[in-house]
Amino acid sequence: MTTNDEKQEVKEGIVKRSLKQMIVPILAIVTALAIGAIIIMVTSGSLAEGAGKVVDGYGGMLYGAFLKPNGLLNTLVATTPLILLGLAVAIPFRTGLFNIGANGQFLIGALVGTIAGIYLPLPPVIHAIVVMACGFLGGALWGFIPGILRARLGAHEVINTIMLNFIAVGIVNYAVREVFRDPNTTSVRTYYIQESAYLMRLSGRFNLGFFIAVLVAILIFYYLFKTTWGFSLRTTGQNPNAAKYAGIRPTWEYVIAMMLGGGLAGLAGIVEVQGLDRFLTEGNTSLGFTAIAVSLLGLNHPLGIIPAAFVFGALRTGGDYLQIRAGLSVHIVAILQALILLFVAAPTIVRWYLDKFKIQVSAGEETTISQGWGG
Amino acid sequence: MNETPVLEARGLTKRFPGVLANDAVDLTLNKGEILALLGENGAGKTTLMNMLYGLYKPDEGEILLNGKPIVMNSPNDAIDAGIGMVHQHFMLVPVMTVTENVMMGDEETRGILSRIPLLGRLDRQEVAQEIEELSNQYGLTINPNDTIKDLPVGIQQRAEIIKALYRKADILILDEPTAVLTPQEVDELFEIIHELTDQGVSIIFITHKLKEVLTNADRIAVLHRGRLVGTTTPDEATEASLAEMMVGRSVILEVPKEASKPGGEVLQVRDLFVSDDRHQPTVNGITLEVREGEILGIAGVQGNGQRELVEGLTGLRHIDSGSVHINGVETTKFRPRHITELGVAHIPEDREKHGLVMSYSIADNFVLNQYYLPPYAKGPMLQQDTIDEHGRELVEKYDVRTPSIVTHAGNLSGGNKQKVIIARELSRDVKLVIANQPTRGVDVGSIEFIHNQIIEQRKNGQAVLLISAELDEIMSLSDRIAVMYEGRIVKTLPAGEATREEIGLLMAGSEA
Amino acid sequence: MNIEFIADLIRAALIAATPIALGSFGGLFSERSGIVNIAIEGMMLTSAMVGAFVAASTGSLFLGLVLGLTSAGLMAALHALVSIRFKTDQIISGTVINFLALGLTGHIYQVYLADLPDNWPGFSTFPQIPIPVLSEIPFIGKAFFNHQPLVYITIILAIVIHFVLFNTPWGLRMRAVGEHPKAADTVGINVYFTRYANVIIGGLLAGLGGIWLTLEFVGQFSINMTAGRGFIALAALIFGRWTPFGAYGAALLFGFFGAVALRGQSTSGAAAELWQILPYALTIVVAAISRPIPPAAVGKPYEVE
Repeated sequence: MTTNDEKQEVKEGIVKRSLKQMIVPILAIVTALAIGAIIIMVTSGSLAEGAGKVVDGYGGMLYGAFLKPNGLLNTLVATTPLILLGLAVAIPFRTGLFNIGANGQFLIGALVGTIAGIYLPLPPVIHAIVVMACGFLGGALWGFIPGILRARLGAHEVINTIMLNFIAVGIVNYAVREVFRDPNTTSVRTYYIQESAYLMRLSGRFNLGFFIAVLVAILIFYYLFKTTWGFSLRTTGQNPNAAKYAGIRPTWEYVIAMMLGGGLAGLAGIVEVQGLDRFLTEGNTSLGFTAIAVSLLGLNHPLGIIPAAFVFGALRTGGDYLQIRAGLSVHIVAILQALILLFVAAPTIVRWYLDKFKIQVSAGEETTISQGWGG
Repeated sequence: MNETPVLEARGLTKRFPGVLANDAVDLTLNKGEILALLGENGAGKTTLMNMLYGLYKPDEGEILLNGKPIVMNSPNDAIDAGIGMVHQHFMLVPVMTVTENVMMGDEETRGILSRIPLLGRLDRQEVAQEIEELSNQYGLTINPNDTIKDLPVGIQQRAEIIKALYRKADILILDEPTAVLTPQEVDELFEIIHELTDQGVSIIFITHKLKEVLTNADRIAVLHRGRLVGTTTPDEATEASLAEMMVGRSVILEVPKEASKPGGEVLQVRDLFVSDDRHQPTVNGITLEVREGEILGIAGVQGNGQRELVEGLTGLRHIDSGSVHINGVETTKFRPRHITELGVAHIPEDREKHGLVMSYSIADNFVLNQYYLPPYAKGPMLQQDTIDEHGRELVEKYDVRTPSIVTHAGNLSGGNKQKVIIARELSRDVKLVIANQPTRGVDVGSIEFIHNQIIEQRKNGQAVLLISAELDEIMSLSDRIAVMYEGRIVKTLPAGEATREEIGLLMAGSEA
Repeated sequence: MNIEFIADLIRAALIAATPIALGSFGGLFSERSGIVNIAIEGMMLTSAMVGAFVAASTGSLFLGLVLGLTSAGLMAALHALVSIRFKTDQIISGTVINFLALGLTGHIYQVYLADLPDNWPGFSTFPQIPIPVLSEIPFIGKAFFNHQPLVYITIILAIVIHFVLFNTPWGLRMRAVGEHPKAADTVGINVYFTRYANVIIGGLLAGLGGIWLTLEFVGQFSINMTAGRGFIALAALIFGRWTPFGAYGAALLFGFFGAVALRGQSTSGAAAELWQILPYALTIVVAAISRPIPPAAVGKPYEVE
């Protein structure tokens, strides 16, 4: 067959395959919403009342996330960190590692970046870029630790990253409360970062951060699929034995993947600071866990993570309206997130009823997530 | 003696997708007898035994215990019937003691709590005592309180045997019991086996080693490609006759080739020692060389160190001692990439594990070990168009049957998967080709193609190291043949001088 | 630093160790049979809330205990189902449980409990039980022998679990299935049943840890009140090398750090934070240096051929 024919067929193949691969994620969302509705109805006074709450509640979420003025922009603001954190989880997944430490990497990155933002005397734009780089480096350091422990000692990254999450909270809280605390206010926070480090606001809270996140996602797409470095990473994740045969060194790839992932999480952290509050408070984040769902929903693919992050961003933003419109608690969002994660990670459950309708879902480059503590 | 056989198989057949593992096999085992089941890799021995132990259900045929038909749906049924199995890969929990392993699933308890199922106090003393009694009765010296992982392999095996005896087995199936033992441990094992049969236990042992069989068996059954070739006794058989039954009289696929005109040495291996994953020495001092324009074929039953040898040569496994030189460069400590870059092609034994990434496209698999080099990459950027073009060329030249070059490698047939690897490795500019089981699981048409490719390499002056368990393949392709047994080269001879029988004997450990 | 202070510290450590130890016992049953369990946190949170909810509505602490434990058991059953039957990655399954627990408890709290008046009718915590005679001993009595019931029960559980794990057929089979499921299968042990049963038992134990939080310690429920104790429990389990005494010892150590942190809070901020981080940092260091070996087959789904 001629080259042109084959190119056409290749393109069609990719489109067809991408569409097929979207079936499971979409079904996961639909199923989760359905079960969420059931839970709401069951915990209401009566079924009728419950049904009403579902309509009001979901409708409220839709309103809050999209329809109301600034709704969409608020959703994009919530989407921004999830894109970067989703990437932070996806890259290690693709290398066969489980990065459950994005929370800690996020915090440390935010801290290091904030310090750079408060104290470095640099001109605008350059300062902002340097601050972002510092955030990346902070997170990369926090990813390096479990990465090197896994590479050199075979110590499983899940338990180490869980521990590092808590250590990060302690460090950041201490730093915010004792070391960099702004004495001129009763609230517990650091000094403001200098204006030269701000990420420009465009409308309300919507700021440049979103575009940076999307840009990074596109760059990571190129990195993973168009460069030799990305090829090594992915091959290590798909088949470590073949990777060794191909001359790749899996242990080396583990360290790189964890540093890159950590760095992206750290970037997410500092971008939040630069674009929104412009200072750092104590406290914690669970966005790193949400990121796991984002990554899986996005099929661990940088371009898929953008819409997946959007879905969860919409859930976050719309979640407030569950209370306002239907008197439901915002915790429903956590339940929905859990259910989406469940159905997207256990596609067998979803495939079970797909099989009934004889719909074939192609496997593609499935990520073999590391199993257990043995690695 | 016309006693009912204690165990009998009639017409046992078992099919797996694409493979007829056992074809109407008849087998009888008499009481107190040692029956040896002989055959090459893939002859169907383990499948047959798994049916006798309830792990597989026969598709056709029946099994009779003491003359009565019996259906076994699980190992539990087999255990109840008095059949015990000692697997080739031990079913022992390394961190537990002998006693715990033996009583697992059939525990003795004592004390008040015994009334509650599963919560009584484990009576290790009682079991240890029984183990000691069995141990004395059958000469299986073992300390019940030792932890399995601290024990040498030979003693671990005794724990497996005791596990079966503890459950009152009077029929024992031993799957390749001597594969992992030292010669001394082998002698000890056979002493135990004789002790067992003297006391009425009936034994089937699976092996590919002729000497053991002739020295120890009462009767011998030979399987070849899933069928029972024949049964005989040590009195009637000789190593030569057994070897003939094992390797069969199949037609040699003759590949026309010119006489070889070997040039300089390309691969030089001296006194190589390599260990396996369990740190047991598996390559025990190999010395060989391969020259330009020649094919050295290493014949041998799988499991005699070939895998570790190849992995050592290609940098995938650490070499304990000895040296490897390729074109004068010492590569003993080199990493795989370095060795590949020196001009070495490696066709791995396990194509799905080492040779391909199933979820990658064929085009990407074609550049698996070259993706970082120009023209497939410019600096760090992959040149996908070049890679795809290259893929198209190779698909055509090597006749890989595939819908397109973006098809995942996992969707190809076995033969075509192998062709992808062959194409990748042999289309490069290489000096040395290491081909390990290159036609395993490949259809006949592809086999011919692959053989022609290998001959072509030789014609062009490459050096080829061919490792194969298929005697036909070795005999038809090689210029010189080296036979590997238990980690050593037992003999090297020019192909013209070798006969099937002699090679078969050497492969099975006999000295011709 | 006088003896009164030390006795006080020991007392606080024993109390703080209780939920951690219970959580790690829960993890132990699951992991020893081969299923990774990072959902201890979720199971604790669930039983904490359900226990408080039931106790507040019915006035019966006992009912709260029973139903609280049941809810944790159900969460564990879900984890087992998803991991064993659907062979989902066990860490993801654990994350789902944690999220689900957070969402469900928060939602139910908001809908039903938040509006209850502060004094939560009909619900006071488990009483203190002084041990006769021994509790009279000065200082030591207060430290060791005058506690609420779960503190004692936890110590007893450590002993019982040790016995079950190493000296009963149940424990032997559990460990076999976690180390080498194929070997267990070939002698007729039902791998799937063993795993389901032990994961659920683990859920009940973790649930007991949650019950401690609401029915013994605080006396009411608040959002996300477990605050990471489930993860400290996981660390204690690994630190203690998957043994009950080791886990209890680690829990005691971590509890001690927590108690010191609390007392140090008033003196200097740095000290408090440091003590709080210490359990986690220690676990990383110890795990890196001494490499505790988990059950060999943990995390790998099992296929019966």
